[in-house]
Amino acid sequence: MLRSGIIAKKIGMTRIFQEDGKQVPVTVLQLDKLQVVSQRTADKDGYSAVQLGAGTAKAKRTSQPMRGHFAAAKVEPKRKLAEFRVDPANLINVGEEITADHYFEGQFVDVTGTSIGKGFAGAMKRHNFGGLRASHGVSISHRSHGSTGQCQDPGKVFKGKKMAGHMGAARVTTQNLQVVRTDADRGLIMVKGAVPGSKGGWVTVKDAVKKPFPENAILPAALKSAAEEAAKAAEEAAAQAEAEAKAAEEAALAEQAAAEEAALKDAEAEIQAEKKEGDE
Amino acid sequence: MDLIKQLEAEQIASLGKTIPDFKAGDTIRVGYKVTEGTRTRVQNYEGVCISRKNGHGIDASFTVRKISFGEGVERVFPLYSTNIESIEVVRRGRVRRAKLYYLRSRRGKSARIAEVSNYKPKSGAEA
Repeated sequence: MLRSGIIAKKIGMTRIFQEDGKQVPVTVLQLDKLQVVSQRTADKDGYSAVQLGAGTAKAKRTSQPMRGHFAAAKVEPKRKLAEFRVDPANLINVGEEITADHYFEGQFVDVTGTSIGKGFAGAMKRHNFGGLRASHGVSISHRSHGSTGQCQDPGKVFKGKKMAGHMGAARVTTQNLQVVRTDADRGLIMVKGAVPGSKGGWVTVKDAVKKPFPENAILPAALKSAAEEAAKAAEEAAAQAEAEAKAAEEAALAEQAAAEEAALKDAEAEIQAEKKEGDE
Repeated sequence: MDLIKQLEAEQIASLGKTIPDFKAGDTIRVGYKVTEGTRTRVQNYEGVCISRKNGHGIDASFTVRKISFGEGVERVFPLYSTNIESIEVVRRGRVRRAKLYYLRSRRGKSARIAEVSNYKPKSGAEA
């Protein structure tokens, strides 16, 4: 039941007050012209997936090969591309646009992004080490990590020893975040809690892997074309209903007119008959 | 206006709350909804507002301090909390600080706040 995820832009965080007095911290994610750019199929590529693109990129700043790639899909150049593994049954046609209805309120999702870079960070910040004491003979090295190992035996620092180094700017997945609200008109998804990365950063959202697949999830995806079709169908149905009502009204009117006409004729005939009687 | 501010403004509008004009130093009465089992009732909490934070945004809050049974009690309320039934201004105080944290170390006479004799409502704001 693997279905496509989405690419979204992190807008920022706010809070939502609910009717029961609870306030929920939410991260606002926005879908920006999220379209299918390419498909990966088992025959051609050995696996099935969809490649989605989001955002807008200037054509002149897009490389020639990528322009060709976008042209083949007949979509505008995208800022961000990502692939999502899907079941062969859930492949989406190239060019289709995915809407924020893809997730429903209460659903759990996993959000993946690039965390904010912290640069070269010490052991205290990077691994929550305690550091050294403020006094009792400690000099200069208050924030250092302590010992890194034993003595002549083993005579080395073990691999994987937690030490200072580069922190952040890594791919991070936050699992089991609940969707609080969606807004398809503006393409917004509000997710409870924090999401990796900075404001304006790109994240990918998928159905939570550690929860059972939701039954009322839209397969293969919530598409703009489908929504438009549904809206059109609804409009047509409404129009048809209106036409039917109009026709019925007209029929009633015609009937009434016919009845009136018949009554008029009867009256006229009566008058004529009376006249005739008078003449005689 | 960025999207977050827009969403917050929409939410404030949809909550439809009327917040009276009050500031630090004012004595206010907050009607706060309390749920006991299945029953909900409104509990009044009256005290001196000693701080207001984050202006008029959705994340705004205010702190109310009172002396309860000889013990200082402070409660922080989110300004737009759906649990707040009403906010009433009981008395306007004249203070020269935005945050009255100095009241925490004072008791009795020295913790008094003079009343504003010539309060003028802000133009455009009611109450």
